[in-house]
Amino acid sequence: MLCDVCKCNDATVFLTQILEGKMQKVNLCDACSKEKGVQDPTGFALADLLLGIGAAEEIEKGAPSQKCPVCGFTQADFKKTGRLGCSVCYVTFAEGLGSLLKAMHKGTEHIGKLPQRAYREIELGDRMRALAQDLEKAVAEENYENAAALRDKIKQLEHEKVI
Amino acid sequence: MKFANIMSTGGEWLRGEGPHHQIVISSRVRLARNLKQRAFPGWAKKAERTQILELIKPRVEELPEMQDSFSELLQDLSALEKQVLVERHLISREHAAKSVGSAVIMNRRQTLSIMVNEEDHLRMQSIRSGLQLKSAFKLVDKVDSTLESKLDFAYDARLGYLTACPTNVGTGMRASAMLHLPGLVLSEMINQVIQAVNKIGLAVRGLYGEGTEAMGNLFQISNQTTLGEKEDEIVNRLSKVIETIIEKEHDARQMLIQKKSNTLWDQIGRAYGVLTFAHAMTSKEALNLLSIIKLGVDLGAFPEDRRLPIDELFIDTQPAHLQKSSQQKLNAEERDHLRAQIIRDRLRVFPKPDISKVARESENGSSPEPQTNE
Repeated sequence: MLCDVCKCNDATVFLTQILEGKMQKVNLCDACSKEKGVQDPTGFALADLLLGIGAAEEIEKGAPSQKCPVCGFTQADFKKTGRLGCSVCYVTFAEGLGSLLKAMHKGTEHIGKLPQRAYREIELGDRMRALAQDLEKAVAEENYENAAALRDKIKQLEHEKVI
Repeated sequence: MKFANIMSTGGEWLRGEGPHHQIVISSRVRLARNLKQRAFPGWAKKAERTQILELIKPRVEELPEMQDSFSELLQDLSALEKQVLVERHLISREHAAKSVGSAVIMNRRQTLSIMVNEEDHLRMQSIRSGLQLKSAFKLVDKVDSTLESKLDFAYDARLGYLTACPTNVGTGMRASAMLHLPGLVLSEMINQVIQAVNKIGLAVRGLYGEGTEAMGNLFQISNQTTLGEKEDEIVNRLSKVIETIIEKEHDARQMLIQKKSNTLWDQIGRAYGVLTFAHAMTSKEALNLLSIIKLGVDLGAFPEDRRLPIDELFIDTQPAHLQKSSQQKLNAEERDHLRAQIIRDRLRVFPKPDISKVARESENGSSPEPQTNE
């Protein structure tokens, strides 16, 4: 079996991590495992290792010229600083961040505290999505009277969301 | 409240009265929060940072927890004053490097410290003495709940609180405890413990956090991840691990008393000798030797009432505290002399180590009760 990093030497170090029930394996040769600090007696984070590999792939995937519409931050800036520009960057660079977060953290979804107003917004969002689906269905069924009522309701909720 | 007041009052956690205070120096919990649609401090231009500061600072100052608080813009603090705050763990080293557009607000008891425009718009931290992660979390959580009704915090329904660094996203919480582990270091078991702790996704760091050296046998243990686990789960998990480490430390001390007593008494005797007679001492050497004396107090080789003077020396011999108390800027050599002098003065009334008073710690790892059998 070849080393996952250099892809030329035989792997001698085998690492396994279970993340959200999915097993991830990394196989390394002697030289690469040393370089990555896997044999460092003070310990190492498998996440960092996976992160390095995952991050490299992600940067190729994302367009480097992609810019955050709110703060003007780019993928290249992230590569340079390791920090994001603003909270909207999490949406702008969502694709690339996905596997990065997965490698860094215990899970991929937040299950802890949120601001009180978040619960109202989330509920509102859920209701709007459901209404939009109903609207699509009503239009498809040419039930225009129903569709008009749904459209008004969505508008009203949109107004509430702004407040 | 003025800066001089911070210098003169020690801060609650420095008095060391919390549970397990012999081994756990302090417990800290910090939350990172940011405003919606605003550039994070590291990316924002000076004008925007100042705007954000003006938005946040009054809201923090009006918190009921911040009555009679110390509130200062970073550009109004001298380099020395900033360093004093770093040495007390009230601001981070990163924050001390900040100037225009950043501020720090803390309460009189120094249990709550809020940094504005550090790496995130808000870094709220609570410090307690001993192992009190739960109560530290409770305090900072309450402050967060009050602030969220006045400030529009950035969050995502799936990712939680959004932070400048993706390593903090989710809870934005870092819970940590500062542990004094001379027994595990002297018995050479510390690396094993560090490795085991790392393996379960917790980080072990030196005295001043990320990238700092372990001095004075002091280690910081904290959660590494912030996404996918609830706040109280993180706090509980960390507390349990720390309780286990406390047990290991007690076991290591027992082992040293029983099997390596000569080495142990030699270490304590040498530390006492050097501290009592040296005329020049670096802060690193001072911390390492004071750590051994602190161990001596824990084991009963010194009377219990000598604990506080030793604990105070840990902080008072740090470079900025030294210069601040002497009211002058000193070079490294002058600091080393002054440090040795302060230590000599305080140890003059210190009795010699008395091995005969060493109480063997009981099997369950509870602390010795010196002077009870005398």
